[in-house]
Amino acid sequence: MCIAIPAEVVEIRDGNTGIVDYGDLMQEVRLDLVDVEVGDFVLVHVGFAIQKLSREEGLETREVFRQVYAAMEE
Amino acid sequence: MAVGQDILNTLHALVDRDLCLMHICGTHEASIARAGIRSVLPPHLKIVMGPGCPVCITPQGEIDAALTLVERGYIVATYGDLLRVPGSRGSLESSGGDVRVVQGVHKAVEIARRNPEADVVFVSVGFETTAPTVAATMLSGPPDNFSILSCHRLVPPAMQWLLEQGEAQLHGFVLPGHVCTVTGYEEYERFPVPQVVAGFEPEDILLGLMMIVRQIREGVHRVDNAYPRAVRREGNVKAKRLIYEVFEPFDVEWRGFPVIAKSGLRLRQEFEQYDAQKKYDIAIRHVDKHSACICDRVLRGVAQPQDCRLFGKICTPRTPVGPCMVSHEGACKIRHLYEARRK
Repeated sequence: MCIAIPAEVVEIRDGNTGIVDYGDLMQEVRLDLVDVEVGDFVLVHVGFAIQKLSREEGLETREVFRQVYAAMEE
Repeated sequence: MAVGQDILNTLHALVDRDLCLMHICGTHEASIARAGIRSVLPPHLKIVMGPGCPVCITPQGEIDAALTLVERGYIVATYGDLLRVPGSRGSLESSGGDVRVVQGVHKAVEIARRNPEADVVFVSVGFETTAPTVAATMLSGPPDNFSILSCHRLVPPAMQWLLEQGEAQLHGFVLPGHVCTVTGYEEYERFPVPQVVAGFEPEDILLGLMMIVRQIREGVHRVDNAYPRAVRREGNVKAKRLIYEVFEPFDVEWRGFPVIAKSGLRLRQEFEQYDAQKKYDIAIRHVDKHSACICDRVLRGVAQPQDCRLFGKICTPRTPVGPCMVSHEGACKIRHLYEARRK
């Protein structure tokens, strides 16, 4: 239930929404709970960004996820 | 796994007595089971899952209330996890009504906007991770035909209950990483027990276990943070503020637990037009269980799924008897998926 995935904010729209990039998937999410700019990394839970991550940490986490998925496919 | 192996070696060197640690998060359980972490831990170190699955701890009376809303012909929207949880008379999935699975509360609001003539109720389960998403939505002015059935719960009051009760004999807690992303861990510092906030990769979890065991060896208790890439001590201040702007804590029952003081969240009076219980005069009743299912004891960390006589026999993911076999975050379903076949 409390799954949250890191993503990069690529566009901010009116009304607290934005487009984020999970790596291979773009999605519209709500940004009500965070103050972010384009290029920031966020953790996304049930369609809402719940916290800002540092860029390095975001990339690192995404790399970990990528490795996990690659390992699962082997 | 090079890093993981180093941590694991340290952990093996540190554990010199029987220790039982509890985590309170279904996502932790899934990660532990998927990576087979229990099989590589020191034999004296036991990890149990506590009440960390919001769907599993939702009492039958609240599922029955959701079923009543369906029976009255309203559109009921919720997370997929809740669909098959048994109430007293079937589940949302078997109800035959207009039940829709949504990604989050904002999608339920979209359904309400697209169907202005219909009543749309969002069955709102979840801990502090999820509550601010609902709070933000309430503050953004949903339409009049929208309301929520609030089944939200707060983690610290349940932890307090477990500590006071002492039934599970716990030496420390692995705190839920994404709950703490929102709340921070300041409020956990009052608990006189070793604790660590952990992330969700196998290495994150091993690191967290090592940090707790270090505290135990040193004879100290504090909250260590093994998930600093997402969690700060103060949490997400804005999200916390929104939760309490919209909700207020109240005393409520958890499945497997008695009523726990100030452990639930209900909408404040200013938002009562969105409170499905008030709007449709729905009472939530306590329901006694009458089956051999031991979900209640599993949720309190005093029994393991395999201790249940129904586990893997009558109760399977296809034919769940209790909620822990339904949710993807339930201890029984996870154990059945990853470990049952290893016997």
